[in-house]
Amino acid sequence: MNIVVCLKQVPDTETQIKIGPDNKSIVTDDIKWVINPYDEFGVEEALQLKEKFGGEVTVVGMGPKRVTESIRTALAMGADKGILITDDALEGSDSLATAKALAAVLKDLEYDLIFTGQRGVDDDMGVVGPALAELLGIPNLSLIVKVEAAEDGKSVKVNRPVEGETLVIESSLPALITAQKGLNEPRYASLPGIMKAKKKPLEEKTLGDLGLDAAQFGEGARKLKILEMTPPPERAAGKIVEGETPQEKAAELAKLLHEEAKVF
Amino acid sequence: MGDLQEYFGETHEMVRQTVRRFVRKEISPFVDQWEEQGEFPRELYTQAGETGILGIGYPQAYGGSGGDLFVKIAATEELMRCGSGGVAAGLGSLDISIPPILTLGTEDQKRRLIPPVLKGERIAALGITEPNAGSDVANIRTRAVRTDRHYVVNGGKTFITSGVRADQLTCAVRTGGQGAKGLSLLVIPSHLPGYAVSGKLRKMGWWASDTGQIFLDDCRVPADNLLGAEGQGFYGIMENFQKERLQLAVMANMTARMALEASIRYAREREAFGRPLSGFQVTRHKLVDMATQVEVSQEFTYRVAAKMEAGKNQFKEISMAKNFACTISDKVTHDAVQIHGGAGYMREYLVERLYRDNRILSIGGGTQEIMKEIISKQILN
Repeated sequence: MNIVVCLKQVPDTETQIKIGPDNKSIVTDDIKWVINPYDEFGVEEALQLKEKFGGEVTVVGMGPKRVTESIRTALAMGADKGILITDDALEGSDSLATAKALAAVLKDLEYDLIFTGQRGVDDDMGVVGPALAELLGIPNLSLIVKVEAAEDGKSVKVNRPVEGETLVIESSLPALITAQKGLNEPRYASLPGIMKAKKKPLEEKTLGDLGLDAAQFGEGARKLKILEMTPPPERAAGKIVEGETPQEKAAELAKLLHEEAKVF
Repeated sequence: MGDLQEYFGETHEMVRQTVRRFVRKEISPFVDQWEEQGEFPRELYTQAGETGILGIGYPQAYGGSGGDLFVKIAATEELMRCGSGGVAAGLGSLDISIPPILTLGTEDQKRRLIPPVLKGERIAALGITEPNAGSDVANIRTRAVRTDRHYVVNGGKTFITSGVRADQLTCAVRTGGQGAKGLSLLVIPSHLPGYAVSGKLRKMGWWASDTGQIFLDDCRVPADNLLGAEGQGFYGIMENFQKERLQLAVMANMTARMALEASIRYAREREAFGRPLSGFQVTRHKLVDMATQVEVSQEFTYRVAAKMEAGKNQFKEISMAKNFACTISDKVTHDAVQIHGGAGYMREYLVERLYRDNRILSIGGGTQEIMKEIISKQILN
């Protein structure tokens, strides 16, 4: 079973994000970059399927050169080869443009399954996976927490949690799955794995290599424009409800909820 | 513009990330509990072994992960981030007990004694210090007498990191006459009759590591476990000193860095006389001095490490780096507690532990005074 995992590099989830002077972007100077955690579930699931069915796992990433580190990390976890789409013209691309670039790479690959994260933890758009499936004309299985591949490797049965219940979907292959938290517990890129990853193939492709028109990518081609970024409001101090008796406190609380918090 | 000299590349960053994740998931949530309990679970060795963290710097032929000195530095820095020097020291006791096996051991000894330790299945400790011999290694009294196929060992070792739980002890014993030339190294399995361990020694810092006292009473150790020839013990011990001192310098630098970072956070949050501590020039300047010292010490340590990696003898320089780093961490952890005020004296604040854990760094792996002797011989002779 040949599997492709699309991977985004995002700021480490413990990074303190600072908004840049343009109010439209974040300061990236001291950021530690990691694999988007949802994409990492995809890497792990792909590796588990490979262990069972054989085949190859290819990791595709997009972005500046630093993204090679994340692709190599996936190779260190056990993936077989990597492809980085990198081109100055890609800077500032939106989700749709990203999906187009990924689709151009995938066109030339043989795959039974594609994994993406259900969303990137930086922009929280959740568009790339479904858009990519649409561009490739294959079924899209979103927010999946369990994957069972048929013994013959020709179809999958997947679970999506819906309002406390589970929706079980069966699909033919090839198909695209967007990974949700709960799918698995990703392994560490082990030290011996990291040493081996250095020798695994990692190819770089520009827009030109993919036969794509630079005008369709980057800041200028965005369908969505970022107007402004603002930090979340600082949490206000708590309030202690005064009162002699529980009854008095409850009355005071009800009054505050009504008059100050305006919840009813 | 010339190229910037970078010590860490892509591989190092990947290692850093793996160890950082390992620490966040397997260590940090439990570390306060382990500190109070006085040890961490044995499984942490196997987990760190599986991930390849224990094997950094050792040949793959013996179950190691390979990697250069900066891979080791990156991993140590991230491991120290757990905030417990004791966890780092406990996991790290193999880094003083395995190298002599690698330097002096036969192929059979390496295959037998190294892989289980790097997998985390066996805990390894180094036994040098005795009640009457610490820095004065040549005064070791534990004696090993050869019978036909065994050494009969009598004596005792103390202040042994991982000593309570160790499965094997790389032990300095006297097989010959007085002085350094009479010393040999013997790997003693702890299950042998005549090998006894005291309870955990109660310490100022490094609470999460088990430090023990070991008694050897007519302990019959297979002669197969002698490393190298009789009399090579002192050489075997010395051989690893440069790396051990580098490791301690890195630990001191990280201790200081974490104390600095905690102090910056605290100075921003804590208010006194109507403004944050960071609003007072006296605090700001203190933080600046701390930051400058940490930066300089870390850069010097890296520079010496780069020279060691290039194969240059850095006996003098690494002794300087260790002393310098420890002097800085003494100063910075002291100032960090001062900035925290009463809170810094409380166990719930990280700097309280950093202050205690730091104290051993200028004693272990060669005291500050021994370092100065080494340096003085090189600059005066």
